[in-house]
Amino acid sequence: MKVSYYPGCSLEGTAIDYAASIGGISRLLDLELEELEDWNCCGATAAHSLDHHLALALPARNLALAEAAGQDVVVPCALCFNRLKVAEKALQGPEGAHLGVPYQGRIKVWDLLDYLTQNARLKELAPKVVQPLTGLKAVGYYGCLVARPPAITDKTDAENPQNLEQLLKVLGADPLDWSFKTDCCGAGLAVARPDIIDTLVQRLYERALQAGADCFVVSCQMCQANLDMPQQRIAKKFGKDYYLPVFYFTELIGLALGHPEVKKWLAGHLVDPLPLLEKIGFRF
Amino acid sequence: MLKSDTFSQALEPSPILAERLAGLTSVSACYQCKKCSSGCPLTFAMDFYPDQVIRLALLGQEAQVLGCRTIWVCSSCETCTTRCPNNIDIAGVMDWLKEEAIRQGYASPQPQVTLFHQSFLDAVRRGGGRLSEPLLLGLYQWRSGGTLAKLKSGALMEDLSMAWKLNRRGRLVFHWPRRLKGAKEIKDFFKKPRLRKT
Repeated sequence: MKVSYYPGCSLEGTAIDYAASIGGISRLLDLELEELEDWNCCGATAAHSLDHHLALALPARNLALAEAAGQDVVVPCALCFNRLKVAEKALQGPEGAHLGVPYQGRIKVWDLLDYLTQNARLKELAPKVVQPLTGLKAVGYYGCLVARPPAITDKTDAENPQNLEQLLKVLGADPLDWSFKTDCCGAGLAVARPDIIDTLVQRLYERALQAGADCFVVSCQMCQANLDMPQQRIAKKFGKDYYLPVFYFTELIGLALGHPEVKKWLAGHLVDPLPLLEKIGFRF
Repeated sequence: MLKSDTFSQALEPSPILAERLAGLTSVSACYQCKKCSSGCPLTFAMDFYPDQVIRLALLGQEAQVLGCRTIWVCSSCETCTTRCPNNIDIAGVMDWLKEEAIRQGYASPQPQVTLFHQSFLDAVRRGGGRLSEPLLLGLYQWRSGGTLAKLKSGALMEDLSMAWKLNRRGRLVFHWPRRLKGAKEIKDFFKKPRLRKT
């Protein structure tokens, strides 16, 4: 199956491990991701904070490219997905004419997790599992902006999404329920106000541990970076000894389906997941 | 610490701000249920709660809302907008106020946050349409100053150590973003007059 792919800037940089895992599993899932030619930055939080016009014009150009490519587009980054959806709604509304971008709305913008967890795809996935992730106790942590606000994202389950948990069950892992799956980790403030991150993320660590989790599973590279990178700093600040690896859902698909390069992807993390995988008896 | 004293003084209402915001969302629909503030994860870092920002905007207290910390520490997680029973786009109001504050020349009470956003857009513009994260971090660090203070507090070593760890993992490697065919078109987006301001 072919689909257009808009990676977003960070998948060429700090989330290069996420990009590698997506490329890796897509082959196992018979999915041909065709990267949009000449795509540009979506403008992210900076554009919508400072420049309303730019915040629409940048993603609108990508939408026009995607429509010209003639097929649906999948987006692995929560923020890029959200900005593309905002532009889609704007182009179909009164502001659309001012943007001067040709867009008819003939394609669908998907967030990658949603795309890969459609019922039919989960059914195809189940028989491909060669090593179930038995004993992996995980909490699913969804990026804010894949779901919110539903008027933009067209999601029906913004408060309590389930598709990460459904996926984890198919992979043989043990998804745990908790109340913080869609709470914000504040990633956009990670550089300018790390002290705010410490408060927000420490709360997530504590709640995940209370739920009985050994790890997080995420579908947003900003969440991954924000839960993984400062873990040592936060542990020191609060006098705790946290060990909570933060997996991309694509890495877990790779593990369960026996992709040979998963160890290489996981080596990109700051919190090394290998001791946890060893503990649950996972054999590479 | 909330500026609660603001509400103990008599406020002179002015409809102008709410009228200007009406093009975006209807702040006058707010009945102060405080659902936005109850669900907001960032209130601990704010000076006004989100419902208070809406109330002040409705009362036309321009200087209060344009100069407040809340609009800059809002993480745009969209929880408030999602839950508002009257469909007020509260996160959108925060964005509108930030843009307006800059336009009117207000000094940001959160200069680091403002500078980060500015550096981000500058990095995208200079990079020709895609973001180079090392360029963003370099621009931000260079402009935010305080290098000496960061050196003394140990924060600079922490940042450099993190950068090194990411670099070793291939996640923070400087390369100039590739030249896009649409580079000129994208550059023009940065010059166009704004859509929203009325």
